[in-house]
Amino acid sequence: MDNGTGIGARVKRKEDHRFLTGKGNYTDDINLPKQTYAYFVRSPHAHATINKIDTSKAKKMPGVVGIFTGDDVAATKLGGLICGWMIHSKDGSPMKAGPHPILALGKVRYVGDHVAVVIAETRDLAKAAAAAVDVDYGVLPHVVDVADAMGHKAQIHEVAPDNRVFNWSIGDEAATDAAFKKAAHITKIDLVNNRLIPNAMEPRAAIGYYDTGAEHYTLYTTSQNPHVARLVISAFHGLAPEHKLRVIAPDVGGGFGSKIFIYAEEVVCAWASKFVGGRPVKWTAERTESFLADAHGRDHVTHAEMATDASGKIIGFKVHTKAAMGAYLSTFSSCVPTYLYATLLSGQYNIPAIYAEVDALYTNTAPVDAYRGAGRPEATYVVERIVETAARELKMNPAEFRRKNFITQFPHQTPVIMCYDAGDYAAALDKALEIADVKGFPARKKASAAKGNFRGLGYSAYIEACGIAPSAAVGSLGAGVGLWESAEVRVNPVGTVEILTGSHSHGQGHETTFAQLVSDRLGVDINNVAIVHGDTDKVQFGMGTYGSRSGAVGMTAISKALDKVEAKAKRIAAAVMESSVDDIEFKNGTFTVKGTDKKMAFGEVALSAYVAHKFNSAEIEPGLKESAFHDPSNFVFPAGVHIAEIEIDGETGVTTVANYTAVDDFGNVINPMIVEGQVHGGITQGIGQALIEGCVYDKESGQLVTGSYMDYQMPRAADVPSYKLGFTCTPCPSNPLGMKGCGEAGAIGSPPAIMNAVTDALGVKDVPMPATPHVVWQQLQHLKKAAE
Amino acid sequence: MENFNYHRPASVDDAVKAAKAKPDAKYMSGGMTLIPTMKQGLASPSDIIDLGALKNAGVSLGSSLVIKAGTTHAEVAASADVKKAIPALAGLAANIGDPHVRHKGTIGGSIANNDPAADYPAACVGLGATIHTNARKIAADDFFTGMFSTALEDGEVVTAVEFPLPKKAGYAKFPNPASRYAMIGVFVADTAGGVRASVTGAGSGVFRAKDVEAALGNGFASASLNGVKVSAKDISSDLHASAEYRAHLITVMAKRAVDAAK
Repeated sequence: MDNGTGIGARVKRKEDHRFLTGKGNYTDDINLPKQTYAYFVRSPHAHATINKIDTSKAKKMPGVVGIFTGDDVAATKLGGLICGWMIHSKDGSPMKAGPHPILALGKVRYVGDHVAVVIAETRDLAKAAAAAVDVDYGVLPHVVDVADAMGHKAQIHEVAPDNRVFNWSIGDEAATDAAFKKAAHITKIDLVNNRLIPNAMEPRAAIGYYDTGAEHYTLYTTSQNPHVARLVISAFHGLAPEHKLRVIAPDVGGGFGSKIFIYAEEVVCAWASKFVGGRPVKWTAERTESFLADAHGRDHVTHAEMATDASGKIIGFKVHTKAAMGAYLSTFSSCVPTYLYATLLSGQYNIPAIYAEVDALYTNTAPVDAYRGAGRPEATYVVERIVETAARELKMNPAEFRRKNFITQFPHQTPVIMCYDAGDYAAALDKALEIADVKGFPARKKASAAKGNFRGLGYSAYIEACGIAPSAAVGSLGAGVGLWESAEVRVNPVGTVEILTGSHSHGQGHETTFAQLVSDRLGVDINNVAIVHGDTDKVQFGMGTYGSRSGAVGMTAISKALDKVEAKAKRIAAAVMESSVDDIEFKNGTFTVKGTDKKMAFGEVALSAYVAHKFNSAEIEPGLKESAFHDPSNFVFPAGVHIAEIEIDGETGVTTVANYTAVDDFGNVINPMIVEGQVHGGITQGIGQALIEGCVYDKESGQLVTGSYMDYQMPRAADVPSYKLGFTCTPCPSNPLGMKGCGEAGAIGSPPAIMNAVTDALGVKDVPMPATPHVVWQQLQHLKKAAE
Repeated sequence: MENFNYHRPASVDDAVKAAKAKPDAKYMSGGMTLIPTMKQGLASPSDIIDLGALKNAGVSLGSSLVIKAGTTHAEVAASADVKKAIPALAGLAANIGDPHVRHKGTIGGSIANNDPAADYPAACVGLGATIHTNARKIAADDFFTGMFSTALEDGEVVTAVEFPLPKKAGYAKFPNPASRYAMIGVFVADTAGGVRASVTGAGSGVFRAKDVEAALGNGFASASLNGVKVSAKDISSDLHASAEYRAHLITVMAKRAVDAAK
């Protein structure tokens, strides 16, 4: 397609006009007749028994329609929340999943745990009545730090007496031990990957509606995967069979993983509607609830050791991680610190032996689950921090130490499951070194020192596995679902096109990029392409958007359906133009007959397909609509090199990101502008993790200290520089479009680049994240004392 | 938010009358603190007396600079008179909160609220301002009496702030990384009555930094502050900064304020 809207064109996002003019249609924008409002009574304690819930006073409050507790839910035999990925411990035992009812039964396990729901005529009345629900708690000991959780006296679930959910391992322990015995040098590091709160711009919201006539439920919800929500609510909660439950995720304002999961509040809204006479029940999280009760991210404590030989080659790598799960296992929580984490511990490096062990632990905190990058930022943090540290200890240039250990032959089977299909890591490094003007760094460092400031340079050569994922492979690793994607291409009689996709757009720009693919393939104007998603009544099935899968998996499904449309259209064109289908050529939206001047535009063929006058409908069915399911044959492996240059104010400890370079290999790119936007957003979130954001629970009280924007800092525009981006391209061999994912790479690559730069500037081994001015100032004081 | 009665008096006398009639009444100027605290259920006044209809806004420059209580931060920041007479005060106003806050929040509301991390109290104390109310004039040194408390009597309302003109003045703020309130803000002024230095964000309310004033008394230059170590005793400590860090920042911000002074 040469009209400037095809693959590779910087097309402005079609959806932005509606978003930027306030005309989006989000869950909270939707109001149904006779709607009621839910407000949740939440636990003020980190860990307590529920001795008694007295709702008598609250029930008499004005406007109250219903008040429900865990006992009411249990009486209807509704199932609890599930974790959909089974992990087995090293000893073969299954993970220890404690019960997670949608309203607490007998016990609360974190501040913000959902205890009861009040449904009333208005939100304010529901909130006022919720304050009048009297809960008698028996406070229990609690533990909020994952480092302390193992065997703590606060026993969170009966099924896990020592709080350990699983003790999982990957890799060859004996081979790794043998490698360490041969090592010329061993580098050791202890790292904390700080807990983050996702902070999607749109808080979670839901409207549950039970149609008493049709005995049918509808749930509007802020979901990244409405079909998965329907599957879980049907099959596991047992609310209603799938044909009696419609889930709609309309415009969704950001997710970053936090809206993948099936949460209690949304299920409660659907469940409770039936018990308030079929009146719709609406809930929109207050921002405080988002802080307390959205699934958080990261929260790892890790010890890692890397063995190198006398020439500076990495010969072995050992990792032990304690991963916080929070108080309950969220929907996909168990796969994050295991198969999404330890399988990436080889990084971009040829490491013959790797062994990793992960202890997943309950803590009295909000559940932890996938957050932008999900496991891969944690892996990259460990790999890139220890690689940098090893280079420093070996007195080697950190860029050249990496180059010396890069994988250069593909495909490459790592010792931790993944088989990298394509890449050119040295090309990205060379380009990044040039863009970042690393040669000029010593002069800039000198200029900073003259002002009393500290300047540092940090590298991160990340790799990640996304385009999640081959169904059989993930099934063999414990996943409860397959991770294919579906697409349906409906060509209308006038030649306009509707794409029904199981991918869900909540900021990614699918309405634009998916239309670009169709425009490119069919020669249709992108304004004549509609992307339909987010409604289980419209799209037959889909697995949703996360793990940077909508391009590599979702668009490949569309591409396969387009192949079928093109094949059928060719048969119709051949019949109408009275030629052999083998002689039909299709290019730029026009069907031609080889060696003749006969031609038909795509729209003419579409019309002909539906009019069905000019072909034998015994041989060719009328209509032009095809669908496809695509199950990927491998993950895709975006990789790149980030270089951060930071300056620390010697007086205040303020770290400024002076320069930030990212060179990424995303394979073929559909819309470079959108890809650059994803990279910008990802890097900004990573800088947030490294320098700015940190979720803090008070050790003594178990309260969430960073429960509002007064205390939880998000990165602002002024906190980040204008990024310098570059791209290399090794097309992905496992999908026809040659695409890799770009949605998480920025957040995966950037934290170690920043922290390597901070530690370089200060000349220390580690500085904890977030390296806030206070934290860095304390480091400066230590250095000052050491120098005295 | 709880229900409340809303009043919008047209004169100061009517406002005072309305306030005195109800024990739980509260004045509202810009509402930039009051409304969020009411939304969070932290305040639930029975009556709100909105001072917006008083139209008591504007700046006048003579032998002193007088800013009427209802003048917004944006108006102060943009005022040619303020920029000419006390550029540090215009700069301070230009960096309060965000654009929404600066266009709704007022100087009278800010000082009557006396948030321990607000900017204006530092300017008032640092410049030795006089607070005009419906009943009297109060020296800034006597006006701010502790966390969220002032010398204002029940029903008394701020009408203007009068700033004497300094030879030079400067303000430097180290914002709290999350809230952007002052984690430490230092206002320094070289005045006819000597050097004044005030600190906000460090404790229960704005205070004068005697060590800083003494050092700058030997010469109004940042070099005079070399070696000045502010005690961390009585300085607040929280998630974002220890008392020691805040104390250290007082000297650093004082130096920067002096360097920026005009």
